[in-house]
Amino acid sequence: MIQGVFKTLGATVGAAALGFAVTLGAASAEPTKVGFVYVGPIGDHGWTYRHDKGRLAIEEAFGDKVETSFVESVPEGADAERVIRKLASSGHDLIFTTSFGYMNPTVKVAKQFPNVKFEHATGYKRTKNVGTYAARFYEGRTIAGILAGRMTKSNVIGYIGSFPIPEVVRGINAFTLALRKVNPEAEVKVVWVNSWYDPGKEGDAAKALIDQGADVILQHTDSPAPLQVAQERGVFAVGQASDMTHFGPKAHLTSIVDIWDGYYIAKTKAVMEGTWSSEDTWGGLNAGMLSMATYNEAIPAEVVAEAEAARVAIEDGSLHPFQGPIMDQDGKEVVAADAVVEDGVLLSMDWYVQGVQGKLPK
Amino acid sequence: MMGMIDTLAAILVTVVTAATPLVFAATGELVNEKAGVLNLGVEGMMLVGAVSGFAAAIATGNPVIAIFVAMLAGALMAFLFGVLTLSLMANQVATGLALTMFGVGLSALIGQDYVGTPIKGLAKLSIPVLTDLPLIGPVIFGQDFLVYLSLVLVAAVAWFLKSTRAGLILRATGESHDAAHALGYSVIGIRYLAVMFGGAMSGLAGAYLSLAYTPMWAENMSAGRGWIALALVVFATWKPGRVLVGAYLFGGVTILQLHAQGAGFAVPSQALSMLPYLATIVVLVAISRDSTRIRLNAPACIGKVFHPET
Repeated sequence: MIQGVFKTLGATVGAAALGFAVTLGAASAEPTKVGFVYVGPIGDHGWTYRHDKGRLAIEEAFGDKVETSFVESVPEGADAERVIRKLASSGHDLIFTTSFGYMNPTVKVAKQFPNVKFEHATGYKRTKNVGTYAARFYEGRTIAGILAGRMTKSNVIGYIGSFPIPEVVRGINAFTLALRKVNPEAEVKVVWVNSWYDPGKEGDAAKALIDQGADVILQHTDSPAPLQVAQERGVFAVGQASDMTHFGPKAHLTSIVDIWDGYYIAKTKAVMEGTWSSEDTWGGLNAGMLSMATYNEAIPAEVVAEAEAARVAIEDGSLHPFQGPIMDQDGKEVVAADAVVEDGVLLSMDWYVQGVQGKLPK
Repeated sequence: MMGMIDTLAAILVTVVTAATPLVFAATGELVNEKAGVLNLGVEGMMLVGAVSGFAAAIATGNPVIAIFVAMLAGALMAFLFGVLTLSLMANQVATGLALTMFGVGLSALIGQDYVGTPIKGLAKLSIPVLTDLPLIGPVIFGQDFLVYLSLVLVAAVAWFLKSTRAGLILRATGESHDAAHALGYSVIGIRYLAVMFGGAMSGLAGAYLSLAYTPMWAENMSAGRGWIALALVVFATWKPGRVLVGAYLFGGVTILQLHAQGAGFAVPSQALSMLPYLATIVVLVAISRDSTRIRLNAPACIGKVFHPET
């Protein structure tokens, strides 16, 4: 048994280098080993940072009975498969792969290790020993949409996208629907940066959008750079994944905060007790998988009340973020007035609603 | 019309800030490649420079001290590279890659306590009247001082390499270390200095990221810019002026495509992300086909280990 904590470094030979860190907690007799594969560094203060909080919550909950390890900044692709296989072959009982692009490598490695349980975040492929989980982040986008619609003066909203996958498109659409419900004049400009994490490029995208008239910036990327740019330029922004208030206290309307702690603890417990089975979990505000960070003091009380009312309504099921009527970009009604968008359609969403400018890259 | 000019000025200002870290890192690397040493550790040295500069800025509140600390940190990383490749004669390619990995990990370790700490960015120049001029005001008279320093650096390096005796000796070391050695020059000593200059410039590029570009520390915040800087040196065929042009070209393409997307144009942004590397490959193919150009520009001894006794 390995005692203590160590950090090692490794990398791919080629153009992209990756940081590679493994920590092993103090071990007791036969602890359950839980591994994590992260797409960014744990210090990104966004997506990966929140997953690592979940890992720490497992350690806190089970103490000596678990041993957790993680590998950070793993590129989506061939490297991911190697890293996942390494974790599977080194005695891990449960492995969380926490990015969409790890889907195929996870399924492939899982086939070779039938006794290891895998949990893949934000994907849709399940097998006997691969479960999937995600949070309904778009519910948070609805609330952000209400705030943005009420706070914008230019009626131009800038939205920084990572990759044009359904997860991100769904967020843009949920946001735009809520935005235009409170402010039919407002429009959304989308810029794709083709990265989940590149502070420089995310900041540049925010600058470009502000230069084109946007006075509220949304991001579906993981660094706090856009928020910082918003603060510097005197516009508003909504943080991603964790509470980003202190990067721009004046600019920060709110953040959509991911909370994985409860889910990770429950799944680890299920593996310990032998009750784990492959499931698809898609929890939202009512499951406690996301929450809204403190609202900016500059937001008028009635707008906060409106946003909070929407949050409560989403939690009790009386408000669906994708309630019809919904028009596509050409103004054609795609969802009737009394219908809501089914989960299946949400999961494969590849079209913009009315109010989003530009074409969705295919 | 006024709105268009303001937008154009905003675009140009952003292009300059996007290009400046590339100018620093690539110019530094150019000097150590001219001395015959290939250091692939630029990304790692940038990150260590970024975090050291950031830490010093928090500790002292003085941007000038922060920048010196960043340069010193980069130079120390390069010194380590020098000890391994010049004194112990390790393979430069492998050592450079290892230096990048080491830098990524080391900077993350040093930076643990600084994640999520915001600081005020470097002040921008502000001259009454001049800075308020439309278009040229913000672009030429409204940058932070490191931008002006980067331009001075390129000019100084170009002059040093072309017109000074020391520059000639440095180039001779890169062209034929045996000849330089036979003439009585200390090949190893010259290379140490060149490598450490390269490291200091990478550190400065890193400090530009964490103090001016996005004033914060986040792990891996260079996000591959060190590799683009390496590609730029080849793209520029080892000429400082062309490094400047290349950096502004790559910076310009990145920023313009963001603006084009915001304006609703369909741009193949994935393809544009690989442009620097693609352009580098094209240049490599072109200079490989024309052997005289290689002889004129690429240092003949680049990456070769020097054994003083032979």
